[in-house]
Amino acid sequence: MPTVAMMVNGKKVSADVEPRTLLVHYLRENLGLTGTHVGCDTSQCGACVVDIDGASVKSCTQLAVQCEGAHVTTIEGLAQGETLHPMQEAFRENHALQCGFCTPGMVMSAIDLVKRNKSPSEREIREWLEGNLCRCTGYHNIVKAIAAAAQTMRG
Amino acid sequence: MYAFNYHRAKSVDEAVKLQKSASEGSFLAGGHTLIPTMKQRLAKPSDVIDISGLKELQGISVAGGTVTIGAATRHGDVANSPEVKKAIPALADLAGHIGDPQVRNRGTIGGSLANNDPAADYPAAVLGLGATVHTNKRAIEADKYFKGLFETALEQGEVITKVTFPVAEKAAYMKFPNPASRYALVGVFVAKTKGGVRVAVTGAGPGVFRSADMEKALGASFEADAVASIKVSSKNLNSDIHASADYRAHLVTVMAKRAVAKANS
Repeated sequence: MPTVAMMVNGKKVSADVEPRTLLVHYLRENLGLTGTHVGCDTSQCGACVVDIDGASVKSCTQLAVQCEGAHVTTIEGLAQGETLHPMQEAFRENHALQCGFCTPGMVMSAIDLVKRNKSPSEREIREWLEGNLCRCTGYHNIVKAIAAAAQTMRG
Repeated sequence: MYAFNYHRAKSVDEAVKLQKSASEGSFLAGGHTLIPTMKQRLAKPSDVIDISGLKELQGISVAGGTVTIGAATRHGDVANSPEVKKAIPALADLAGHIGDPQVRNRGTIGGSLANNDPAADYPAAVLGLGATVHTNKRAIEADKYFKGLFETALEQGEVITKVTFPVAEKAAYMKFPNPASRYALVGVFVAKTKGGVRVAVTGAGPGVFRSADMEKALGASFEADAVASIKVSSKNLNSDIHASADYRAHLVTVMAKRAVAKANS
């Protein structure tokens, strides 16, 4: 089995993995980082979104071995101790979740949007969320949360 | 997914050699078609050869009326490229509506063209603009590249290295996306080029195709009304749970009208 080494949430990790191991399974099963979810497993729902080298990516459509030398950030890597990331805080504040299954992917995706576009309009937020499906709240509060977080992050 | 051997190639030459020595070698670029296909066990390559990081396949440049895009360039990079937006805005616009943002952060132009999905967006731009597909062996004109359902002129051991697009006078792409997959139920790319008007249709048939009737009409008058009464035959079009062949034929006219209007706006 090949060995893969990468940085996950700022820590160097390495393991022997089968080439067919998906990144999401490596994160969940090898590293115990179960905040990244498997929803559809068909690259559509976005529950598995993580950040790889500064871009949001569906970790169910990425082999762990492809991430050799990469910097990966998951939902567990956002908070600073007890202090939530502004995007997490905005989701909490705006009640942008109900069951919470899609939330980690929504948050990771939204952070990528705000990094590229510091003041996204409502339309831009909704278009960006094309790859993140929520099946319980509807998107209204999620959109509100992202707009609020963008404002906080602008300072 | 079935088990396979993984290789990270250091050059296109090495990738070709690795493929030659494998019983069934597949090239991996963005992986957003290959990995889902392997997960469904519809593909079971013995060896997967990763070419996504190759420097020789990266980059966007514009010079002398030609836009050149490296094969491993991601959709998001084409969509956000100031050079592409300026030279061929329709191409940047098309790239910006492939899949969703995370798909665009990974999928590549070379991967899309090598796969030639009948509902993919890029084939419409390549055929509509009369682009050239460059490989490690030769240059292939768009008109000779697409061969129907998932079929291309590529041979074993041939890797797309870049695509060159001539800058058009006017161009636009309109698609009617499947609401779940964002693949084109029907997409029409129209371009007013030095060599005349070109109209390329994706999603509707077994592979991307040109509409001679629409090109002739638009050659005489590049206005949406010119194609309003032109119907393509539904005879060889796709029919599935998403849309009937007749509905797709209807959409070709509607998308063509909208694309011309957009190109003129």
